[in-house]
Amino acid sequence: MESDIVEHTGSRTTRLLGASVFVGLVALVLLGFFVAPPDDDQLDAVRMIFIHVPSAIFTYVAFVTTAIGSVMWLLRRSIWWDTVAGAAAEIGVLFCGLTLFTGSVWGRPTWNTYWDWGDVRLVTTLILFLMMIGYLSVRSLGGSVEATATRAAVVGVLGAALLPIINRSVEWWENNTLHQKSSLTDGKLEGMTLFTLFVGIVVWGLFFAWSLIHRFRISWLERELRTTDLDQALRDRRAEGHRV
Amino acid sequence: MWNDVWLVAGKDLRIEWRSRVTFSQVLPFALLVLVLFGFALDANRPVLDAATSGLFWITVLFVALTAVQRSTSLETTDGARRALLLAGVEPAAVFLGKALAVAVQLLFVEVVLVGGVIILYNAAVESFPLLVATLLAATIGIAATGTLLGALVAGVRARETVLPILLLPVLAPVLIGATRAFDDALGTAAVDGWAWLGLLAGFGMINVVLGALAYGVLLEET
Repeated sequence: MESDIVEHTGSRTTRLLGASVFVGLVALVLLGFFVAPPDDDQLDAVRMIFIHVPSAIFTYVAFVTTAIGSVMWLLRRSIWWDTVAGAAAEIGVLFCGLTLFTGSVWGRPTWNTYWDWGDVRLVTTLILFLMMIGYLSVRSLGGSVEATATRAAVVGVLGAALLPIINRSVEWWENNTLHQKSSLTDGKLEGMTLFTLFVGIVVWGLFFAWSLIHRFRISWLERELRTTDLDQALRDRRAEGHRV
Repeated sequence: MWNDVWLVAGKDLRIEWRSRVTFSQVLPFALLVLVLFGFALDANRPVLDAATSGLFWITVLFVALTAVQRSTSLETTDGARRALLLAGVEPAAVFLGKALAVAVQLLFVEVVLVGGVIILYNAAVESFPLLVATLLAATIGIAATGTLLGALVAGVRARETVLPILLLPVLAPVLIGATRAFDDALGTAAVDGWAWLGLLAGFGMINVVLGALAYGVLLEET
């Protein structure tokens, strides 16, 4: 049984990924703080977008992954997809929290307020954050693997179906918005600022992949452990019986 | 199918009628919340006037939580869920029936609450059709979403604490939409309440359909 013991969830691929994330982060810090110039209007606060925008992008990537995983569980009863959905949701909540945090820190010097109720994306993102915390709490409720997966998948699908209507309601609620239109497409960013932003997106993407793989493997091992524990306990009980 | 819907709704409402939980506990609770909001805002007339719609719907959401908990616990006690499955009733019919029963109880409380805000908060109804339509559309959405999520957490021990965190964020559009529509109906803000009604109806429809589709899976597998 000795060979069955898993000591870590790393593999050559993840080590390579992890190393590139590390190198990328160092590069991002150097580029973000020393190479990219301060903005004409926002001054040094503009540097926040190197974290804020990648976090926002991968928040959505993560939650779309969770929604797909939820649908795949309901359609195919694939435990693989359920594990992916759960792992992506955890990372998504982390990124979503980071998006909200960096956004408010950036908003203070730029808009002179941490929070603005009139901003559609801000308010929708907060509701999304709370919904995904609900999703994670459903996953931690306990019960059989199948029951947990089904509950979580229904929450995932419901959340994905209602997100557009939540966004619409918030949009109507306050028609005025402070939030910048997409920074990437309006062509205002250029030169080193734009380049650094792309580096940030790439690094965040690598980090997303790296943490998703690790989280997936941990969940998978946890599930295996639970089933082997039960099998082992059954064997032990049977062995006791034979001894008598 | 519709026969089964009436059967299930009738069963839940009959239990309710005999136990009088909504009447003797939920309704006083709702009125108490209205009074507490009055205390919290120091019975400051301009603030209360401006906030009446919002306070009304917050109160309804609290009531919805208790109504859904109650509706769910009817099936979890004594293994009634199993019996319901064995009865050969279509899950979608069970869902619609239970949601209908929750909606009827909510509407009953809401009607009393409307009287409450008229008396306690000095609200005046300017558009009666809009008021009624908003009550109906929002209640369908709340009851459908609540019944679905109630079934989702039915089998777990921590259901009382996990239901609010699941249900309330999802109901955000209902709170926003119904509050705005009420602002129009009560004349407290210049907004187009009928446009909001469309959003409420859309929300209700999505949740009725999703609930009818997902309820069977939840009933059988959790």
